[in-house]
Amino acid sequence: MHALRKHIHPGWLIIAPLLVLVIALYLGPILNILWLSVTDPEPGFGNYAKLGESDALIRILWTTVRICIITTLFSVTLGYSIAYAMVHCHQRQKNYMLTLLLVSFWISILVRTFSWLMLLGRNGLVNVALEDIGLIAEPIAFMRNELGVLIGMIHYMIPYAVLPLLVSMQSIDQRVMNASRNLGATGAQTFWRIYLPLTTPGVVASTLLVFILSLGFYVTPAVLGGGKVLMVAEYISVQLLVTLKWGTAAMLAACMLFGVLAMLWIMSRFMKLSTVFGGAAR
Amino acid sequence: MKIGLFSQFNRVGAWVLLLFLVTPALIAIPVSLTPKRFLSMPQGELSLRHFQKLFTSEEWLSSFFQSGVIAVSTSVLATALGTICAIGLWRVSSRYSELVRAFLLLPLIIPQIISAMAFYRLWIPLGLLDSYAGLILAHTILAAPMVLITVSASLATFDPKLEQASKNLGASNWTTMRRVILPSIKPGVFAGAIFAFILSWDEIVVTLFISKFNVYTLPRRMWNGIRENTDPTVAAAAVVLIAITFISFMLFAILSRRNASNSAS
Repeated sequence: MHALRKHIHPGWLIIAPLLVLVIALYLGPILNILWLSVTDPEPGFGNYAKLGESDALIRILWTTVRICIITTLFSVTLGYSIAYAMVHCHQRQKNYMLTLLLVSFWISILVRTFSWLMLLGRNGLVNVALEDIGLIAEPIAFMRNELGVLIGMIHYMIPYAVLPLLVSMQSIDQRVMNASRNLGATGAQTFWRIYLPLTTPGVVASTLLVFILSLGFYVTPAVLGGGKVLMVAEYISVQLLVTLKWGTAAMLAACMLFGVLAMLWIMSRFMKLSTVFGGAAR
Repeated sequence: MKIGLFSQFNRVGAWVLLLFLVTPALIAIPVSLTPKRFLSMPQGELSLRHFQKLFTSEEWLSSFFQSGVIAVSTSVLATALGTICAIGLWRVSSRYSELVRAFLLLPLIIPQIISAMAFYRLWIPLGLLDSYAGLILAHTILAAPMVLITVSASLATFDPKLEQASKNLGASNWTTMRRVILPSIKPGVFAGAIFAFILSWDEIVVTLFISKFNVYTLPRRMWNGIRENTDPTVAAAAVVLIAITFISFMLFAILSRRNASNSAS
């Protein structure tokens, strides 16, 4: 017992409860799912071969990737604008902006999805308003298509895009920009050649974070897509709860999982991961 | 540096965007006040009948109650486990403990649909499907990383010499923990507890997989209402949820302000 004490720090004793819980009840079944992806319904890589054979699967994957890329592009660009404004204004104004950002962060995803349903429907507020002022004659189809899914997802992801960018912009030395201006560069030159390159780590972290979160997004595509826009997450749930095909679902989950882990690894090259998550908490 | 035209323009744009983030949710308020029996904007007169229905309907009330029980239990469990784990990791702080920390944060970043699959897979043989215990355990695993983050942030500003001083003065490990460490990291613990509560209160994806009839949480009932898309009671529920969000946000803001003034003094 004493010899053991010498090698193992007593702190591990109080780490153990949560660690054991997560390994047994979370890591265990995830490994089981990875195992299923090569054994169900029969051993081998049959499930993965479907990726090359089934047109439906390829279409779903392509839809997912396309929506995720567009969502990420918009969220990070708009998030950059917000973060830039927040870093470059007075403390008081910044606090107000941060409050709005965090409130939107905290409003339930279901409430937000419900609101978009009310706003974007055929007789939704947006269409009614546009018709009333005479901009359109026929209601625009915002829902049951990719446009609706994109609006809902971008709206949800913007706060996630802002937080890593804020962290990275706050750590920049403002004097570098002053030096650039003193040396005769214009404001635009300073931004493109000095500021933007300095915030690259933040942009990478924010891009990957939003992309990862979009990849497994379930609620908004399922509701605003109205069955017309099928993404991987919804497909997995149909496979499990309706058609009971664990193999295909497990294969898709495995692909998603490896993709996410790879992106996390890239992200950790650019930024300490805990600062990304800690950003919201501080 | 003089503020350029571009920055001015960008600032206005940022405000517009931030308002775009918050205002759409408020549409639930007028919709919840409609006197009609279907989802619509009120024209002229307002009515509170949907709130009345929300607070007298047995189904909705039981969902509020179940969500409350699950969220409070999750919050307590996740806070307890997450806090002691964070203290342990802070004490050990070696290469391995940092690896363990990274591992323990995974439930936060792995897509929820995969977490849902994992819990669903394991809960079937364990017989935990559609039970309080099953939901609480699943939510606890998802929420504990939040607590780990907030408590670790508090510990980062805690001076380890205080712990040594306490031990040198003859206090036991347990006394040191209770009288020295815990009081100094209280803000982080509370923030973590609130985060864990919100996460569980709002969780839908995992809940959809592992609950069915017995346990019918508030998000689950809202999800049904949204999919059916007819009954305005959903709008009333959404308003209540927005109100709860604002209240917990206030709590959180007050706590973090106190936290800031503590660390400043």
